[in-house]
Amino acid sequence: METPGETSSAAARTSPIPLPLRLVFRDPMAAAAVVFLVAIAACALFGPMLIGELVEKPNFRARNMAPFSLEQGFAYVLGADTLGRSLLARLVVGARNTLGIAAAAVLASLLVGGALGLIAGYSRGVLGNLIMRGADIVMSFPSLLLALIVLFSLGPSIPNLVLVLAITRVPIYLRTTRAEVLEVRERMFVSAATALGAGHMRLLFRHIAPIVMPTILTIGALDFATVVLAESSLSFLGLGVQAPAFTWGSMVANGRGYLASAWWVAFWPGLAILLTTLSLNVLSNWWRTYSDPHQRWRLELAKRSKAK
Amino acid sequence: MSNGTPPLLEVEGLTVDFHSATGAFRATHAVSFAVEAGETLVILGESGSGKSVSASAIMGLIDTPPGEIVSGAIRYRGTDITRLDEAQRRTFNGRKVAIIFQDPLSHLNPVYTVGWQLGEVFTGHHKAGAAEARRRSIDVLRRVGIPEPELRIDWYPHQFSGGQRQRIMIGMAIALGPELLIADEPTTALDVSVQAQILDLLKDLQRTEGLGIIMITHDLEVAAHMADRIVVMKSGRIVEEGTARQVFDAPQHSYTRQLMHALPAAGSGAVAPAREGQPVLEVEHLSKTYQMAAGIFAPARELRAVDDVSFTLRRGETLGLVGESGSGKSTVARMLMRLTPASGGRALFHGDDVMAMDRRALLGFRRRVQMVFQDPYSSMNPRMDVFSIISEPWQIHRDILPRARWRERVVELLDLVGLHADHAQRFPHQFSGGQRQRIAIARALACDPELIVCDEAVSALDVSIQMQIVHLLGDLRDRLGLSYIFITHDLPIVRNLADRILVMKAGRVVEEAPTETLFRTPRDAYTRTLIEAAPKPKWLETAAA
Repeated sequence: METPGETSSAAARTSPIPLPLRLVFRDPMAAAAVVFLVAIAACALFGPMLIGELVEKPNFRARNMAPFSLEQGFAYVLGADTLGRSLLARLVVGARNTLGIAAAAVLASLLVGGALGLIAGYSRGVLGNLIMRGADIVMSFPSLLLALIVLFSLGPSIPNLVLVLAITRVPIYLRTTRAEVLEVRERMFVSAATALGAGHMRLLFRHIAPIVMPTILTIGALDFATVVLAESSLSFLGLGVQAPAFTWGSMVANGRGYLASAWWVAFWPGLAILLTTLSLNVLSNWWRTYSDPHQRWRLELAKRSKAK
Repeated sequence: MSNGTPPLLEVEGLTVDFHSATGAFRATHAVSFAVEAGETLVILGESGSGKSVSASAIMGLIDTPPGEIVSGAIRYRGTDITRLDEAQRRTFNGRKVAIIFQDPLSHLNPVYTVGWQLGEVFTGHHKAGAAEARRRSIDVLRRVGIPEPELRIDWYPHQFSGGQRQRIMIGMAIALGPELLIADEPTTALDVSVQAQILDLLKDLQRTEGLGIIMITHDLEVAAHMADRIVVMKSGRIVEEGTARQVFDAPQHSYTRQLMHALPAAGSGAVAPAREGQPVLEVEHLSKTYQMAAGIFAPARELRAVDDVSFTLRRGETLGLVGESGSGKSTVARMLMRLTPASGGRALFHGDDVMAMDRRALLGFRRRVQMVFQDPYSSMNPRMDVFSIISEPWQIHRDILPRARWRERVVELLDLVGLHADHAQRFPHQFSGGQRQRIAIARALACDPELIVCDEAVSALDVSIQMQIVHLLGDLRDRLGLSYIFITHDLPIVRNLADRILVMKAGRVVEEAPTETLFRTPRDAYTRTLIEAAPKPKWLETAAA
């Protein structure tokens, strides 16, 4: 079978820019997602240094100011909240806490859940059963209740918040990974590797994990939004991020009371959450296609038809 | 054909394209053929030759947009059927022309009874009410040779064997009394002895109902058994056409000659002298039993998948292990490779019991014994390129080869199995089945094994490719001094390769003999059915009758 994939690989070796990076910019959606995520990451890293002081500065002339007017300066272009604080500045600065908490929680649950899932799916013994029953317990326990108990007893702080969010999300990754491993484990190429003498580690990480990974990453990208919102509801209950610190989630929670009079207070942070999740999703989808040698030609093809 | 009446079905200049992002792919190119009532036309070709596309075009099953009938006409008794609208098509398919597919398992709905599905054929075409449909369904089942049809009509598909399911599919196809039957690889998924029964059923039906049959197959023996006339297709074109006898005895086109050459020659080769070498592997009383869990009413049962199998394999020797599906031959292979634990018995590899090896000994064993799996599509990790696949043994067994020499050695191995050096960067899906099996063989050769276990290594491949791989294996054996255990359900395939053959049935060895002795004077009744099950050319049969 001939696919267009191999013709472009010769060009790939000569170019200084790595192949995935060049390919991602051939796909407009994926490119937009990358640009957006890089911009958000830059906000999270440098935003607090640049416009950090605006965040806490009340400006009573700008109270509940509507967006798209420049009379208070560019910082107020997205409007202002009930205390007259610049929404743009708060979005930029809030990115750090929001992304930090969500990324840490998603990453932790993905790694822990994925690793436990690999073990549970691969080992046929007692250990796998123990892990699954543990997951059942976590799942059958109302996650908000768990969060309340943990945060109440340990005290609200960002590390504790990450811990709680991660624990409640672990079973999702665990069960998905286990289900896929159970199937992949029986595939012939795993038997073939065993017959070659491959050990458990090699089978798990070289043969099984790469097949399972794209699914897990896609779930992670979708889960990002859930985690941001879960964090905001905890913050709403006073158990999450404590004022004056804030996140996009708590901004949405604050703005909820003013939806009728000042929709923009909740709208902009909501939009930021939506776009971040969407970008992650688009990008994880793109990566799934890219990492599958069977599908990669689709991306390379898009590039070719453009070159015509 | 020139007597004025148009033939039953006539395909003229059929050209079909499939459009994809890569551009149009021409599946068939100006294909023309005709079938008369009561005649069997065999379309012979390997996978991808466009033979199934032609059949789908007749049935109107080509999905458009991706497919497009660029030009050509398909005439049924003189009327063009490519222009039928959907309603006309429904009355045409099934009543005039019916099709049976390759895989009887996936074309019967598992959640409905067979009777329901057969009855639907009648009620769906408004031919009968429910009671009448049931009566007719029973009748159809009887005609296709299902015993006790009154009882079995209420069975579900899984309660029937593969051969019986194919009979039911044939029953559905002939239920409305079509005049033309298209059979798309109807016996490929079946065992040899079952295949013979199905082919006989088709012949019987043809005789009693005067059916025209278009049979699509890649199997030369099936083609010879069924065909009145043969059309040979290659890459979407007809390369040869003629009566069966002409095509088989005096093929004109080079491709046809190559195909005929691939047919395992009968009676070639003298009885080879027994090889006198060191025993490499001595298998003693190997067995595998599965405990079936006890139900509420049923006591626990034992299923003996492999029952007391013993044999000895000497250096440089090839042992053929032959049996139909379910005979336990693959279980033997998996136990020998320690992929499945054995329930009893020993396998001595140079005197060490494989079944009792610890991790360390097993690692050494897996370096000296390799396996080539049945399905080259799934036995390689789809995310690894060919270089990583072939070099994996060296990553596992660190001391075989220094990393610096890997690339060089991969190229050598690719060359040895007849592939190119630049194939190393590609991924498995970019190769054909035969090429993939070559890669699997290269991987098996990477750690210079003494013994290679081939589990149905050529079953998934086209006939001419099968013989290429078998030749390659024979060539490698002679050059590298390998021993093989060659497991297959296809007796003729091993005739030119194996020194000795072990025939297995229901977990037991029923016969063991040197290859030529076995073919000439089979002792066991089951071996005889296997040898005789291979279809014989139709023209020889009619001459004898």
